[in-house]
Amino acid sequence: MSVDLATVKRVARLARIAVSEDDAMRMTGELNAILGFVEQLQEVDVDGVEPMTSVTPMAMKKRQDVVTDGDRAADIVANAPASEENFFLVPKVVE
Amino acid sequence: MTDLTRLTIAEARAKLSAREITASELTDAYLGAIEQANPALNAYVAVTADQARAMAKASDERLARGEMRALEGIPLGIKDLFATEGVHTQAASHILDGFRPRYESTVTANLWADGAVMLGKLNMDEFAMGSSNETSHYGAVINPWRARGSNSQLVPGGSSGGSAAAVAGFLCAGATATDTGGSIRQPAAFTGTVGIKPTYGRCSRWGIVAYASSLDQAGPIARDVRDAAILLKSMASVDDKDTTSVDLPVPDYEAALGRPVRGMKIGIPKEYRVDGMAAEIEELWQKGIAWLKDAGAEIVEVSLPHTKYALPTYYIISPAEASSNLARYDGVRYGLRVPGKDIVEMYENTRAAGFGKEVKRRILIGTYVLSAGYYDAYYIRAQKVRTLIKKDFDTVFAAGVDVILTPATPSAAFGVADQDMAADPVKMYLNDVFTVTVNMAGLPGIAVPAGLDGNGLPLGLQLIGKPFEEETLFKTAHVIEQAAGRFQPEKWW
Repeated sequence: MSVDLATVKRVARLARIAVSEDDAMRMTGELNAILGFVEQLQEVDVDGVEPMTSVTPMAMKKRQDVVTDGDRAADIVANAPASEENFFLVPKVVE
Repeated sequence: MTDLTRLTIAEARAKLSAREITASELTDAYLGAIEQANPALNAYVAVTADQARAMAKASDERLARGEMRALEGIPLGIKDLFATEGVHTQAASHILDGFRPRYESTVTANLWADGAVMLGKLNMDEFAMGSSNETSHYGAVINPWRARGSNSQLVPGGSSGGSAAAVAGFLCAGATATDTGGSIRQPAAFTGTVGIKPTYGRCSRWGIVAYASSLDQAGPIARDVRDAAILLKSMASVDDKDTTSVDLPVPDYEAALGRPVRGMKIGIPKEYRVDGMAAEIEELWQKGIAWLKDAGAEIVEVSLPHTKYALPTYYIISPAEASSNLARYDGVRYGLRVPGKDIVEMYENTRAAGFGKEVKRRILIGTYVLSAGYYDAYYIRAQKVRTLIKKDFDTVFAAGVDVILTPATPSAAFGVADQDMAADPVKMYLNDVFTVTVNMAGLPGIAVPAGLDGNGLPLGLQLIGKPFEEETLFKTAHVIEQAAGRFQPEKWW
């Protein structure tokens, strides 16, 4: 499989990365080189093989459903580019 | 007075314990070395001199009271991927500009609890995506090694290139690193240092900037096998904050050094004899086989039939996980924000400006292979092949093999701005051909220097072990180290 310019632009839109026409052209070539490289996986017989979900055969740890942290709003917004009264500030999203 | 930066961790520990040197003297020696060398090597992206001196002073006070923890007063460099409270943590990316976390990663917290001193944060490939440390927002790291009779700049490998260069160039006693497809072992091999990627789940991933969560694992880069064992003992722990952290006690890895390898079965996988591999790599491999045989180990040829599929599998799974993990960098909660006419344009502009080329490339690949219509053909198929790759190892270990011996990399360090690799991303990816299988299967792997090539550049061997048998790797690597000797670059910087 290979991608065309329109697909690259669509994928960039899905990934929320602005791309110029030149970027998209260059990336089309690069992505096709990588997709060409991974194409060889099509020759592997994977019939009846389970997809891997975990490398170690261990049950995922669970903890009690209790509050163990919190009340750290100031810490959480400390690195925000814009915040006010412990809220993140973003451009208007609803009219 | 001897140059304190030349001491290994074990040697420094002995001198600190005997009160022959102080932690402050040791830290000052490293801070001086960094100031002098960093303009040439670019290994550090941030130096925390005041913090280092304060930590060293606290260690000296403890030592004066006759108290000494495992890493008391040992100056370390920390890869920029680890969250360090109040200190530069940017995964060497522009998009995390100014990020100073309000928390500490579990691995670094473990090191400080054992008395280690933080010298600063180390350069790396952006978000750990690269094999040459050239994708960093802070510029390439320069390898302290040069080809004999040449002054051209070589890469230290990646993504933990800053860690490897700082250890090889005597700018820290040891360093933290991380490995998703070979990012500890390949730079260790390129710089004549020792690097171990432990079993998945051995070190907590909490507070480590995520790249591909099912593959990422922290480990040390050190001057020798003993130092790597000392560091891993402190870095590893059982951590409730990482659900994939494994509930097993951490052994005393250092105690494994010197244990016999007599009677051990060493597997030699025939699939690792790849096309176009340098004759010197094959010779090195044969030397490793001979050393282990001389020590009484039994050598057996083994087969890992899906080896050639590991790299293509990696270049589906890791970008898929990365595209998901890196969705959080949106200009809202931390780092860079580039305005736009609405919120979506702000996201798009921020991510366009904040991510470098390689990171964008991997996010796009990941987004594509996870998108509707391609998910089964790419992602699910890759996860199935991953099962087969792991099964290959399971079969070999079930047949009685204790450790697998392979070359660490297909070549020695290459030049900065290599034209072939710049033109073809896949060529750069091939650097990880021997290391990436280990991440796919979640196994421990160690790279240990084993010789120099015809140009006087270091080459490494890799040992792969069973899950949580890092002790076996340390004792076997120690045998190779004793036979091969240690390798240090000639100071030019």
